[in-house]
Amino acid sequence: MNDQFTIAGKTYSSRLLIGTGKYKDFDETRAAIEMSGAEIVTVAIRRTNIGQNAGEPNLLDYIPPEKYTILPNTAGCYTAEDAVRCCKLARELLDGHELVKLEVLGDQKTLYPNIVHTLKAAETLIKDGFKVMVYTNDDPIVAKELEQMGCVAVMPLGSLIGSGLGILNPHNIRLILEEAKVPIIVDAGVGTASDAAIAMELGCEGVLLNTAVAHAANPVLMASAMKKAIEAGRESFLAGRMAKKAYASASSPLEGVIR
Amino acid sequence: MLNGEPYDFQGDTIRDLLLSLEIHGRRLAVEVNQEIVPKSEHDTFSLSENDVLEIVHAIGGG
Repeated sequence: MNDQFTIAGKTYSSRLLIGTGKYKDFDETRAAIEMSGAEIVTVAIRRTNIGQNAGEPNLLDYIPPEKYTILPNTAGCYTAEDAVRCCKLARELLDGHELVKLEVLGDQKTLYPNIVHTLKAAETLIKDGFKVMVYTNDDPIVAKELEQMGCVAVMPLGSLIGSGLGILNPHNIRLILEEAKVPIIVDAGVGTASDAAIAMELGCEGVLLNTAVAHAANPVLMASAMKKAIEAGRESFLAGRMAKKAYASASSPLEGVIR
Repeated sequence: MLNGEPYDFQGDTIRDLLLSLEIHGRRLAVEVNQEIVPKSEHDTFSLSENDVLEIVHAIGGG
């Protein structure tokens, strides 16, 4: 089935966006990401370890930007200023690459987005030419604001980052989807394959996840499960599910039943 | 200051610094006093005493 989607002018076949955090090592990172079929891969930007990194392997040697669309995030930023600074460093690091995942966090306990700072950072980044995919809460009004500002994708949480609690408020995700004109991608909260399928069945354009794969007992196998769940969820959405009914409806005809 | 720690450096340019840290040629980004210094300027950008540097790279993240 030819069912591609487009972000910032580039077309992708895989609707799974995957993170590179929390894996055992880079070999496992690479194996899981290859298995997932993901084309967009998130990374974090951090200080180099001065004096300790001669000969140390580099993530981008395992996940080469020539092969994947690298999506640098602003994880760990709690103010608009820090997030903007982080994006500028990422753009320099990735040779002018403008696609970023903006996340401005509110507190360490929930990693819930700080919407005031998120809006501020998004505005500054868009003016500076960045293509902003934005992590946000599941508030449809905020999602609309972010879209109207010019964010290239709006990425509401399913539940808290790293919690694995799944899509806690599918009704809100549906409200966001009803009004959206840019891709809506569930980012955060997916814990297992059925969660990813639910996001896709709601009509999301994609799912961004990390911990669900990295902290599975077998990350490579879970990467395969996520790939299939997202494909299945998408096809299910396109197929259009049957209506739910309160009572039974026999699948076999009643005519000709033996008496 | 280099990545939040005091750092003593005898050379001149960013290139010299990266060579002395044995990280020249790696995928990284350099900021001096909160301004990005593009790779194309690493060979010529002279560092001064009291400059505040950040050198970053990509690591695993979600």
